[in-house]
Amino acid sequence: MLQPARQAVETEARPTELPPGRVVVAVSNLVRRFGEVTAVNGVSFEVREREIFGFVGPNGAGKSTTINTLCTLLRPTSGSASVAGIDVVADPRAVRSQIGLVFQDTTLDDYLTAEENLRFHAELYAVPVETVDERIDAVLDMVNLSERRSHLVGTFSGGMKRRLEIARGLIHSPRVLFLDEPTVGLDPQTRARIWEYILELRRTEATTIFLTTHSMEEAERCDRIAIIDNGALVAIDTPDALKATIGKDRIEIHVDDPPTAIAELAERFGIAARISEGAVAFHVAAGEEFVPKLFSEIDVPIHSIRVSRPTLDDVFMAYTGRTIRDAEASTAERLRVHRQQFHGRTR
Amino acid sequence: MTTAAAPVARMRVTGGGLASDIRAARVVWRRELLRFFRNRLRLVASLAQPVLFLFVLGTGLASLIPSSSGVNFRTFMFPGILAMTVLFTALFSAISIVWDREFGFLREMLVAPVRRGAIVVGKSAGGASTAVIQGAVMLVFAGVVGVPYSPRLLLVLLGEMALLAFALTAFGVLLASRMTQIESFQAVMQFLVMPMFFLSGAMFPAAGLPAWLAVLTRLDPLAYAVDPMRRAIFANVSAPAQLSQRLNPGMTWFSWHLPIALELGLVAVGAVGALLLAIWQFSKTE
Repeated sequence: MLQPARQAVETEARPTELPPGRVVVAVSNLVRRFGEVTAVNGVSFEVREREIFGFVGPNGAGKSTTINTLCTLLRPTSGSASVAGIDVVADPRAVRSQIGLVFQDTTLDDYLTAEENLRFHAELYAVPVETVDERIDAVLDMVNLSERRSHLVGTFSGGMKRRLEIARGLIHSPRVLFLDEPTVGLDPQTRARIWEYILELRRTEATTIFLTTHSMEEAERCDRIAIIDNGALVAIDTPDALKATIGKDRIEIHVDDPPTAIAELAERFGIAARISEGAVAFHVAAGEEFVPKLFSEIDVPIHSIRVSRPTLDDVFMAYTGRTIRDAEASTAERLRVHRQQFHGRTR
Repeated sequence: MTTAAAPVARMRVTGGGLASDIRAARVVWRRELLRFFRNRLRLVASLAQPVLFLFVLGTGLASLIPSSSGVNFRTFMFPGILAMTVLFTALFSAISIVWDREFGFLREMLVAPVRRGAIVVGKSAGGASTAVIQGAVMLVFAGVVGVPYSPRLLLVLLGEMALLAFALTAFGVLLASRMTQIESFQAVMQFLVMPMFFLSGAMFPAAGLPAWLAVLTRLDPLAYAVDPMRRAIFANVSAPAQLSQRLNPGMTWFSWHLPIALELGLVAVGAVGALLLAIWQFSKTE
């Protein structure tokens, strides 16, 4: 397959503004190599308290490596990372007590009940004895599993297990909850519910949420996202700001007299509009703010109007020169070749 | 970057240190027991083999050997069968580590803010407890094979089984520390369990054997647990001196009789050694 040419979007990742609050996750020039392969190559970013921070990129881009480093499961090759002000290399145990983890694969004991799984975790994380019951009730309630508390986890559906894991990750009131692809493999309804919980727990638990996803749709729901590709950070900002950096909103209006409308648009706003599929189409920077101006300044009656914004898929395309699907395909190919070289076999 | 200057938000005080490690070990231990009692089939099935050996094989072999006053070959076999029960249960429970790894639960334990040693100790204590419970169930058959239900004897046997159980579980955990597949663990078990059982003096007295076999029995750690149990039992039954001498020759090194304390000491040293190695193995993994 031909590698699509990398577009020259030499935009420095310049965040519009960091949300208020203290820094809970700080990563500086993080590098992690596995033999010949550099999985993460000089990544730097910060996450503030109470943020929902999305780490976005195709599979194999370095998301899991970064998250595993932050969770002290991997040591950085160079650079540094800290969580809640604690360096991940200097004191991994202290970091672990400050974080909650939900892995891609479930790590529940099927032969224990939901409550027993939670109790196990609470004991392991030294939750004060007198608050254990209270915490178990609270987190079970939050993910709507109170009624199933005495059921064996083996009888749970995939979505229920994921909810229970999120609940478990919160029992010890972590400063940061890491969710590695929290909704992968779940049906759309369950996915929507998981997101309700994520939004809810930020409100009730004051927890910072650090999640990875390769779904742009999911990335939209984060406060801020960092786009990672080939081990490097290519952009970091709010989804809206990112979309604003790459392009303008597209506006389509349906009018009785398109030529007059085009003339008026050119005269009043200096906009070059053209006819596209029977509608008058043009681009402006902030579409939603432009609409009221359009109605007050233009004399041609408008029947309907449509404003469409660039998607994060467009953002990914603009920053990396390829779509996220292409990126995944080429990453998979790269890993396959790598495996072949090192193990002499395909999988 | 503003990393250094950024204010650090509230730090939750964790129980910290030893207290939280003990708590972690306790909950890991409790989970083992919870799972053990929940799995009734395993409870019953793992008793089937010792019972079969004791009553079928034992009764068959007993007819070859002269017996008197209720002391017979099955009395001789009883400590060996207790050791066998403990051996099977203890090593089987170590498999659960490989299961936990395969099903991800091990990760839940390894990322916890506790020392790896606490997890290993909890796991070993859990496996040892289940093994002692199974052994205790086997003690019920004591009367049937001519071993008196003396409270003191039963306590001594329980204590010796507990020591053996801990040593074997720690050894099993050590084996499991590097294994990622159930199949490979089972293969190693097959390779170890039967030789350990046969050479332990459970089935035949470790006296008057050809030199090569005598050496092998002295190398079997299980032998140093079976002998003290047998000596405790024979101290509580009345058997003719000649029969007693034949069935309970004791453990010797170059015709020196090892005291019971030394034998148990060796088992304890083995237990601590295996435990430390297992802790070291688990601390290495990321």
